[in-house]
Amino acid sequence: MGMAIDRDDTQFHVLAVDDSLIDRKLIERLLKTSSFQVTAVDSGSKALEFLGLNNNDADDDEEYEQRDSNTESVSSDEDQDHQDLGLGVNLIITDYCMPGMTGYDLLKKIKKSSSFKDIPVVIMSSENIPSRINRCLEDGAEEFFLKPVQLSDVNKLRPHLMKGRSKDIDSSHKTTSTRLISSGN
Amino acid sequence: MDLAALKTQLKNFVQSMFEEGVLDNQFSQIQALQDSTNPNFVEEVITLFCNDAERIINEINRNLGYQNVDFSNLDSYVHQLKGSSSSIGANRLKLACANLRQASDERNKEG
Repeated sequence: MGMAIDRDDTQFHVLAVDDSLIDRKLIERLLKTSSFQVTAVDSGSKALEFLGLNNNDADDDEEYEQRDSNTESVSSDEDQDHQDLGLGVNLIITDYCMPGMTGYDLLKKIKKSSSFKDIPVVIMSSENIPSRINRCLEDGAEEFFLKPVQLSDVNKLRPHLMKGRSKDIDSSHKTTSTRLISSGN
Repeated sequence: MDLAALKTQLKNFVQSMFEEGVLDNQFSQIQALQDSTNPNFVEEVITLFCNDAERIINEINRNLGYQNVDFSNLDSYVHQLKGSSSSIGANRLKLACANLRQASDERNKEG
């Protein structure tokens, strides 16, 4: 049953991205204190790698169709498989200023991916630049935190995660009904 | 000196750093994140910070030693140090970085 959510329903998994070791340690501690499961990486490309998205692919969908060896049902299983590849990431929190791929670049890539565009993305920055903040929010970031990030900021994450979780449940229900219909043949 | 006395001395020392503005509220936040499940958190963060800061300060000094200072390179290091200082509550260091960045901006325009 590919649709069983094998992770603890009550624990959310956050992917934290920051090139600063100190900030990574801090955000990890803040998230763990709030009972989140955390994976911390030091770059946008490592984040994409973790999610299972190849950095250089322009079209992520094509890659997954090739990889997907399950030929029984093509469309209904894809979403769940993509979730599994991303190791059940429920939220991505990323620093803005990073060498190579900025947090904004990462945001764009995630929003372009059909499998991951619904994962809430939060951006952090030490610089209070309104145009930067607005651009991130307009392009799909759920929140923008000014560094240093505090526990009160982390508490703001839960509603976004709850929203995502209920969406998961909705889509997996849809998957069930699709399957039932197709297996009825 | 016994443990209790040592602890008191440390507490007073930290308190004076707060009063002098060496440390700010962010350091209190870090202290608050330490608990029985993570008893060495503060020490770990400070250690990480000191190692990182030492590395960056060496780079800054190296950069400033050149005849033609690469200000954008310098700025990137100072930005990193400012970020880390801010994250652990090293207030004076953060302010010093801000000043250095400003000075570096001005020299850049001149050059």
